[in-house]
Amino acid sequence: MKELLSGNEALALGAYHAGVRVAAAYPGTPSTEILESIARFEDVYAEWSTNEKVAMEVALGAAYAGVRSLVSLKHVGLNVAMDPFMAASTTGVNAGMVVISADDPGIHSSQNEQDNRHYVRLAKVPLLEPSDSQEAYDLMAYAFDMSEEFDTPVLVRSTTRISHSKSVVDVSRRRVLAATQVGFPRNERKYVMLPGHARLRRPVIEERLVKLAAHAEGSPLNRIEWGERSLGIVTSGIAYQYAREVFPKASFLKLGMTYPLAKDLVRHFASQVDRMIVVEELDPFLQENIEALGIKVSGKEFVPRIGELNPSVVEEGALNAGLLAGTAPRQKTHVDSKLPRRPPLLCPGCPHTGIFFVLSGMGKRLKLPGAKDRSLRKSTLTITGDIGCYTLATYPPLSAMDTTACMGASIGQALGMKKAGVDNKVVAVIGDSTFLHSGITPLVDAVYNQGRITVVILDNGTTAMTGHQDHPGTGVSAQGKETEAVHLEQLVRGMGIGDVRVVDAFDMKALRSAVRSSLDSAALSVIIVRGECAVRVPRRSAPRVVDTEKCDQCGTCLLLGCPAIQTENGQVYIDTTLCVGDYCTICQQICPRQAIGPTVEE
Amino acid sequence: MNNVDMLVTGVGGQGVILASDMIGEVALAAGCDVKKTDTLGMAQRGGSVISNVRIGQKVWSPLIRESGVDILVAFEKLEAARWVDYLRPGAVAIVNNHALPPLSVNLGDERYPNDEEIAGILRQRAGRIYFINGTESAKKLGNVRTLNMYMLGCASLLLAFDVQMWKDCMSRRIRSNVLQVNIAAFDLGRKEGLDVHIG
Repeated sequence: MKELLSGNEALALGAYHAGVRVAAAYPGTPSTEILESIARFEDVYAEWSTNEKVAMEVALGAAYAGVRSLVSLKHVGLNVAMDPFMAASTTGVNAGMVVISADDPGIHSSQNEQDNRHYVRLAKVPLLEPSDSQEAYDLMAYAFDMSEEFDTPVLVRSTTRISHSKSVVDVSRRRVLAATQVGFPRNERKYVMLPGHARLRRPVIEERLVKLAAHAEGSPLNRIEWGERSLGIVTSGIAYQYAREVFPKASFLKLGMTYPLAKDLVRHFASQVDRMIVVEELDPFLQENIEALGIKVSGKEFVPRIGELNPSVVEEGALNAGLLAGTAPRQKTHVDSKLPRRPPLLCPGCPHTGIFFVLSGMGKRLKLPGAKDRSLRKSTLTITGDIGCYTLATYPPLSAMDTTACMGASIGQALGMKKAGVDNKVVAVIGDSTFLHSGITPLVDAVYNQGRITVVILDNGTTAMTGHQDHPGTGVSAQGKETEAVHLEQLVRGMGIGDVRVVDAFDMKALRSAVRSSLDSAALSVIIVRGECAVRVPRRSAPRVVDTEKCDQCGTCLLLGCPAIQTENGQVYIDTTLCVGDYCTICQQICPRQAIGPTVEE
Repeated sequence: MNNVDMLVTGVGGQGVILASDMIGEVALAAGCDVKKTDTLGMAQRGGSVISNVRIGQKVWSPLIRESGVDILVAFEKLEAARWVDYLRPGAVAIVNNHALPPLSVNLGDERYPNDEEIAGILRQRAGRIYFINGTESAKKLGNVRTLNMYMLGCASLLLAFDVQMWKDCMSRRIRSNVLQVNIAAFDLGRKEGLDVHIG
């Protein structure tokens, strides 16, 4: 049966058919839909873990216990999970364990760009890379078999363009469950990594790598597609598709297993072509491994190592390198650089808008339209930020964020600034899901080390940015079952924090008063700003309208950055199809002329 | 059928992705190779959204090369102009005659191009440009969110797939309580598209 599946759907279905029984993940673009897809199968245990490290440990425990397990995460999620990933490599896995890392070349929705292929050299584990959804589906069964045969976790590397592209998949298999018994085979020398035991595992890991290298030579995932012998192209992942399109006549060494490298296969291919190049996305991972064999090869000399590739970029590189006959690409109009940009925004009715308006106002950071830029250095407030929709409050007019590094960093950074001795008040802003992911331990640190900071937890009751996944605070599991909810106020009070305020996200007066009191507090303080995500709870009633008689065009409402508040010929108006109405009313509360009110029903 | 490379563009929340998914599914049902991919920002609403849909005997890259797009379907005027470099000379553009000004325009920092400027930009590449009043028509049907099916109705005039295939796909993908109004939007899009001689 042929279906149009995204790479993520295909990876999930492939894992399901390969008999996976435990799957764990934390949401992260572009990997999120893998766990979402697999959670739909009732005969799989699928969970949103609090973070990727926990997900890796859950999967490792399941694999130890004889059950095929899966972890899916975005590239930076593997940074979080590296400790247990290294442990998994050291102990081996018993039943198959596959880790899918979805990298984000081009930084569509991430804080950095990193090539996670490098991790397999550190961890000494095999690496598989699909080039489309069919390969993604097919190679999951292969990955689980390989994991068991070589007693190793296997890393499958996807990218945004693989995960988020749909292509045709012939769904040829059915779910096969391993006949092995569920149960943990005690074996201290394999599973308890005391130094003496860990030393015993070291040669096992090196021998495993040698066996995997031999396996790679004959793997059906690596294949040669002969064309003209004047140019040979080594490639993997999505870059294969671009290269096939740009070089229709060349010969290809298409690698699906990219580590350990099939050295003899590469040598053979190199000996059969006049010139060999590598086309790969991000770092010269294949290129450097091939160069280490003493083989002359080029690639990154003309294929960029920064950003996402596409056929135009590969073509331009090929033309510059003299690999393609033909004219230069068509001249660009460069129209796009002259048109107004359309960056993503906080939604109409977003529960984050009010608190950022308050913080930004108190910190003297808001920028009136047409007003001169105030130097942010003069702001009396420093706001360390975190990762979520709310990072968008960095943009004007709110201009309400000074740092964003990685998940959970806001609190530790705020503490560090305060301990460094800055005069400013320091506020850390973090979402509910991010707080549970990795904000708890730094907050404990702030308690322990008596950090005089204010921590604002934006509790919108969901993991919004990645598409509304549940988390420990929601009390609903990844498979939609009722479970225990972690209560944020109990949690922070339990840490020993006395100054805890819970505020309605749409009550501007209460927000102002809470922020003022917390900033004046001599102790560590926490404000939980609670309001459900407007997209997830689409309540709409009585959209607000502007009374043009009262409105004096002061522009205060525009400082919210609400997409529903627009201007036409100098007059502010509210787009009634976008405004959520009674649910929000923030603009009405801040209007100095009381010119905003509900639509009067006719 | 010959290879067709389509770009479907709009603003987050307009239903671009569902519409482009359905083009891909209908093409698959018709026996074509299909690849499609979406690029969207990091938030839920309000950013630029662009879908690449490629249909043919054999498709390699899911992303279309610059100067490679045969058909542009834009749900918003500015988002039509933005992707002009991707159009091949002589491409067809179907543009919803509707403006959603970005925040920078509302704040007075940038200017929204006027209709002549948008048409002028598109004319640098496109052979035929159809401005249609999709948002108005969808509003008349009582549900502005059916715009995507209206646009799909217009676009279907350029694709050699049976009308029934589109409707079967809609039955699969659209919730039953809003299916009828969406089918009505599709039909209206086809009709009004024919009125302006799309096809």
